[in-house]
Amino acid sequence: MTLSNLKQSRHTPKKGKIKWARPQESDHFAATVKLYRQGKYDADSFRRFRLQHGAYGTRLADDYAMVRVKLPAGEIYPPQLEKLSQLSEQFSIGSAHFSTRENIQLHWVVLEDVSEIFRGLAEVGLTSREACGNSVRNVMCSPLSGVCPDEKFDSTPYALATARFFLRNPLSQNLPRKFKFNFTCCEKHGMVRMVDVGLIPEIRQEDGYTQKGFKIFLGGGLGNRSFVGHQLEEFTPEEDLLYTSMAVVRIFDRLGDRKNLARNRMRYLVNDMGWEKFQNLVLKERAIVRATQSVVTKLSVDNSPDEIKRPLRISDEGPISQPEGYARWFKGNTFKQKQNGYYSVFITLEAGDITSSQLHALSEIIQDFSSEGLGRCGFTQNISLRYVHEDDLVNLYSTLLKVGLAKSGSLTMTAPIGCSGTTSCNLALTNSHRLAKEIQRKFLELKLDEDEDLRDSSIKISGCPNSCGQHGIATIGFFGGGARFEKDMYPNYMMQLGGRSDGDTMLGVSSLRIPAKRVIPVILKIIELFKQNKKPEDDLKTWIHRVVNGIDSSEIKSLDDIKKALFSFTIPPTKAEDPDFYSDYGNDSSYHTKTGKGECAA
Amino acid sequence: MCSLSQGVVKITSDVESVRSEIRDKSIRVIDVRREEDYKQNHIPTAVNLPLATLLSDDNPERVLKLVNAMGIDDEMPVVVYDDTFGALASRIAWTLEFIGHSDVSLLETTYSKWKSMGLENDNSVPEFQLKEHSLKLRPEIVATSNYLETAKEKEGVILVDNRERLNFLEQHIPGAISLPYRILATPDKILRPKEDMKRLLDNRGITGGSEIITYCGSVGTLSGLAYYALKSVGLPNTRLYVRSFKEWKSLSKPIEKQQDANYWDLSAE
Ligand code: SF4
Repeated sequence: MTLSNLKQSRHTPKKGKIKWARPQESDHFAATVKLYRQGKYDADSFRRFRLQHGAYGTRLADDYAMVRVKLPAGEIYPPQLEKLSQLSEQFSIGSAHFSTRENIQLHWVVLEDVSEIFRGLAEVGLTSREACGNSVRNVMCSPLSGVCPDEKFDSTPYALATARFFLRNPLSQNLPRKFKFNFTCCEKHGMVRMVDVGLIPEIRQEDGYTQKGFKIFLGGGLGNRSFVGHQLEEFTPEEDLLYTSMAVVRIFDRLGDRKNLARNRMRYLVNDMGWEKFQNLVLKERAIVRATQSVVTKLSVDNSPDEIKRPLRISDEGPISQPEGYARWFKGNTFKQKQNGYYSVFITLEAGDITSSQLHALSEIIQDFSSEGLGRCGFTQNISLRYVHEDDLVNLYSTLLKVGLAKSGSLTMTAPIGCSGTTSCNLALTNSHRLAKEIQRKFLELKLDEDEDLRDSSIKISGCPNSCGQHGIATIGFFGGGARFEKDMYPNYMMQLGGRSDGDTMLGVSSLRIPAKRVIPVILKIIELFKQNKKPEDDLKTWIHRVVNGIDSSEIKSLDDIKKALFSFTIPPTKAEDPDFYSDYGNDSSYHTKTGKGECAA
Repeated sequence: MCSLSQGVVKITSDVESVRSEIRDKSIRVIDVRREEDYKQNHIPTAVNLPLATLLSDDNPERVLKLVNAMGIDDEMPVVVYDDTFGALASRIAWTLEFIGHSDVSLLETTYSKWKSMGLENDNSVPEFQLKEHSLKLRPEIVATSNYLETAKEKEGVILVDNRERLNFLEQHIPGAISLPYRILATPDKILRPKEDMKRLLDNRGITGGSEIITYCGSVGTLSGLAYYALKSVGLPNTRLYVRSFKEWKSLSKPIEKQQDANYWDLSAE
């Protein structure tokens, strides 16, 4: 990185170097929709085509789509934010949604308008191609890559190069199922064991020379059944990164289950075959790939340093006084970078939702405050701006306040993940999205973001047993379902405890079914039990970890003890006693389940 | 008699020609913003007709009086502008059309943009000689609730809802399609360029032979803009349901809703 005191001016917004879009795909999509409407294209082929181009179906509404825009490595540039602001206002609901996998989604788009969105995206280099369907999905990278004090090197250029290699590559157009790459900075900040291919940058010293490479984890993933990934080998040198990726994708393409929809992610292949056999196969396949590829097949890794220029005009206006709430916000929303004097700032959103006008504001705020001049999506339905100079933080906070983006707690347990649930997803059984928002509002009101003990814990919610809301790796995770008391249905969640995605990755253990309207009191009760029984150095995450492993020595020794303590919350009142219990968040009427054909949309 | 069906239909007027026509005193410019805003400053020579003033009573005789007082006769070209992406201006322009004025267009951009380009403005209130405009009502550009109720069942009639998407999902007139007003504009202009608009409408099947009826929330502003958007691509067979959804609801006519989805909870508002 070239840190410099040169100041860059507001009026030259930085543009992405890579053009992910192909403008002609817009017309092609429009023409295909017309053929489909005229009955000249059968529904199944059209569905495949639509998904390959990044458009999902919408809950019980054939005429609407959701467009999932990929942001490879999570990078988003000011002109792109501006364009997304316009597109969400014109073609969607005036809001857009940051997903858990560094996509930004536009919901409730008229199918016939999707091509117009593609056209707009192409103007700023973005695409939704292969954001859905059986392809290599968006390649993720830790939002802290490049600034994390614990990383060996910045993996962002490798994530971008991988995304570039696989996008529109014939190799990955018709896989047995979706396929995901996650790059990270270090053990703590990534999710490398919960994905098809997870990569941590690693450095090896050999014969006095330093070699860059990766620790690669294969075959992990969350879902109806979840698995933890296996490390392929001690160290994979960077020149083998592409060969390894190609080898894995080729094996999956060849051997993955194409028949059984419920078991066709690569993790099932790994599980059925056994890890050692799979590992051998990958190593062999890699040797073949390496031997048969021409020299042309190389990742085009752009390692040229990004320009870091502190934007002009900030703090030049003289010191401003600290607005109320600054200290709290600073604590829960900022991360000290390895670069001296710089912070990464995470914006708290409600379950990933952001209005068109906030997107517009963010485009300007990034230009005014980020010395690298772009935004980076986080892993938790949020967005960060990095390289904010410490002297500019107060000013940034005041600016965020004006546009409603200064909420606290982005990096704490008070920012739960909620998949789209019944707001738009065909498979949803509950309104997980709204529940996440309700929890956040309540917990911020209780100032739980300021509680150090809760900081590293997480709450994640899915609206059905699929795992788009990542409930399996949450400290406290929930997935939705319906339950019945006498003849009345009510929304219900299975609660899982103790999941985590760091070096000690484990999946949450199922505990109790909690009615939707009891979820908040139950979490508060768990916090209360923790406070009563914790050891001085405990935080919630470590305490729950001990409890679910049955090795705690306090009153609450095991999962069974927790269940006992919480059991009363699971008993339904009669409908006459509490009618509200029988409707889900966001509904006045009685709860009932209704689902359509699944395409799974987080 | 009706120049609209003959020569070129001008929907918007570009900034340059408006400026030169103001210099030549060959047009009447109408500012439809509130009186306070108008008094602070406005495009030179513009006369103020706040939308609320018109809406307080928009029956044709009253409108005719307002038009005469603004010194507009049958021959005087009129350009209308606002500061709300053209929707308010559209409603006034449409009303002039309805009473039979044949040369009315919309300024291609908003007053804020006009000012931000550093163009002339003024705070003097001009006075005009009373004129006498004829009254030749054009019922073919209006839709009443009764008209709409029968028309929308016919083959080839398209009903367009110009409110925001969430409002549409929540409730709309059965059979309507959703075309939120924001789609119609670009960041600089109140209407998209013709080719762009045409492609977009074409994708939606809003084309040639159909009769199109537009409506919005209450007074026909957003749908007024849509009325002009449709005309701008040569779809002249367009009507405005001027009393819009508010009246439809008050008459307890049937309403449709997108069921079983909590779309409101996706909004960050
Ligand atoms: S399929 Fe995915 S997005 Fe839909 S409700 Fe289930 S977990 Fe949520």
